Amino acid sequence: MQLKQGLKIALKNLRVNRSRSILTILGIVIGITAIILIVSTGKGAQNLILGQIQGFGSKMAVIIPGREPKGANPMSMLELLYSDSLKEKDLEALEKKGAVPNLMRIMPVVFGGVSASYGSEIYRLTVFGASDLAAEIYNIYPATGAFFTEEDIRANADAAVIGAKVKEELFGDSEALGQKIKIKGRNFRVVGILPQKGSGSMVNFDEAAFVPYTTAQYYLFGIKYYHRIAVEADEEKNVDQMISDIKTVLRSSHNITDPEKDDFYIQSQADMIKTVGTVTNILTMFLVCVAGVSLLVGGVGIMNIMLVSVTERTREIGLRKALGATKKDILVQFLLEAIALTLSGGLIGILMGSAFSFVVSLALSRLAGLTWTFNFPVFAAFLGLIVSALIGLGFGLYPAKKAAMKSPIEALRYE
Amino acid sequence: MPLIEVKNLEKIYQDDQTATPALDGVSFDINTGEFVAIMGPSGSGKSTLLHILGFLDRQSKGEYRFDGKTINDYFEEEVAHIRNKKMGFVFQAFNLLRRTSVLENVKLPLLYSGIKESLWEKMALKAIESVGLSHRLHHEPSQLSGGEQQRAAIARSLVNNPQVIFADEPTGNLDSKSGLAIMKILQKLNEEEGHTIVLITHETYTAEHSQRIIKLKDGKIESDFSVERRFKVGDHDLK
Repeated sequence: MQLKQGLKIALKNLRVNRSRSILTILGIVIGITAIILIVSTGKGAQNLILGQIQGFGSKMAVIIPGREPKGANPMSMLELLYSDSLKEKDLEALEKKGAVPNLMRIMPVVFGGVSASYGSEIYRLTVFGASDLAAEIYNIYPATGAFFTEEDIRANADAAVIGAKVKEELFGDSEALGQKIKIKGRNFRVVGILPQKGSGSMVNFDEAAFVPYTTAQYYLFGIKYYHRIAVEADEEKNVDQMISDIKTVLRSSHNITDPEKDDFYIQSQADMIKTVGTVTNILTMFLVCVAGVSLLVGGVGIMNIMLVSVTERTREIGLRKALGATKKDILVQFLLEAIALTLSGGLIGILMGSAFSFVVSLALSRLAGLTWTFNFPVFAAFLGLIVSALIGLGFGLYPAKKAAMKSPIEALRYE
Repeated sequence: MPLIEVKNLEKIYQDDQTATPALDGVSFDINTGEFVAIMGPSGSGKSTLLHILGFLDRQSKGEYRFDGKTINDYFEEEVAHIRNKKMGFVFQAFNLLRRTSVLENVKLPLLYSGIKESLWEKMALKAIESVGLSHRLHHEPSQLSGGEQQRAAIARSLVNNPQVIFADEPTGNLDSKSGLAIMKILQKLNEEEGHTIVLITHETYTAEHSQRIIKLKDGKIESDFSVERRFKVGDHDLK
């Protein structure tokens, strides 16, 4: 028996039992659909986040207090939240001429969630204590007004630059520039209003307010340390050099000799991209595994139906054997049927998964205003086909073997 | 050399506790071109004998040679090949594939024959023509009468031009007129085309269409004789 003829017989048998075949492959269809959808949207989300990280500029790096987290150790996470190792003296040491030759810009950042009010309107926002460099670093230039100045920072001035959403929530259509909003009992003069940036940034600037970091430290949070220090190198190729220079300076400032005991760590854009890539990949893999369970269940369903089919067709098997079919012929015929089942399930799943993820990408880009691109996951589709064929092979093998082992006389006698 | 040589053939069905002998020392030869009926009541061992003759089962003791060779001379794959090429089977229950046309049913043995697919159609058409079913090529079994179904099954057994046709109660499920038509076809195949035919039946009347009757009883040969007054199915019988 040739493969072509075997395939013809297999397809014919599936057609004869059409509704049963469709129900049987449903599990495979759902599994493959889910996997394609997950991989495709996962890739889309990853691209979105990576795009935003890249938006911060490839010359950027950020110094973070605390020990670098290695794995998901809850203690190190806690340490990270309460670490106060980055202080003003570090800033001064880094700013010292010649200490870090490639350092172009440096900006300390503190942040936290606070309530802001104007008149009777109250709005909860994230306040960023930053410097005037924030505009350039984050590429956020006020649509009206201007950023606070270096002078404001030195003077612990009560000046605030607010996001578009904050303006809308607190002021509605009325003029905001020059008005005073109240944060933690302190009046801040609105000096600038940011343009609408849209959600989906890593940091939602629409729902944020910028104040001088000095003011934020002393009056809002009551701390003497920084949550982050953002740094920018003069050129992209010097980022690594800058980072290692910064490490040297900070270690001497913190009296650390053993790099293992660093109480800070530095993430460059490349590091962040790597981290995001790892995180989204792990997440995607996890979800794919969950969807894989459906494939497993689908496979068991295939095996079940194939066993029923073998029993039902006992006479046919006996007849074929009497007419000259070998064990191998029977085995191949039933295997081909199982594979034809799962493979068609896989194909339908790939089509449906692609269609769904296209709709999702359309919805996210049109309705949520994200720069979301549709990705046809070629690799996942290819893998889906192979996996579904393997499921047919794996779960079809036992029924097919059972069919092949039937004795022709027993089978012909079977009623 | 006879086509079929059987010497002291025994078949014992071994259960957990009891051993049931189905064949108990059977010996006979069948030559090429013979039309032999194996007769006996149910339980006499005739089906068991046919299964062994058709290489579908193995004897417990004794020797069976087909075309000079025993089943043990072959690998399992070769046994399937012998069944396919040298033996044709006709069953009481027809055993046609449902929802499959007469033409496709008749082609079924060719699927396992290694013969080029381009030749199948011609071979199948020839076999169908010899049983007079050319007007039913594309009908499915459910659209045919019992007699027509059995004729399709005979065409299927003929398609590879086998050395012998084993027919197991071919008229058992048919009315007498359809049964006669089947016997006529078998006689024609034997006389005009020289096919060797081994017929299994429990009806004396059916058996007497053959040239020779081997009677089995309790696993032994009771008698083995030539049919003196053989029934010839004439056209008037079918009217």
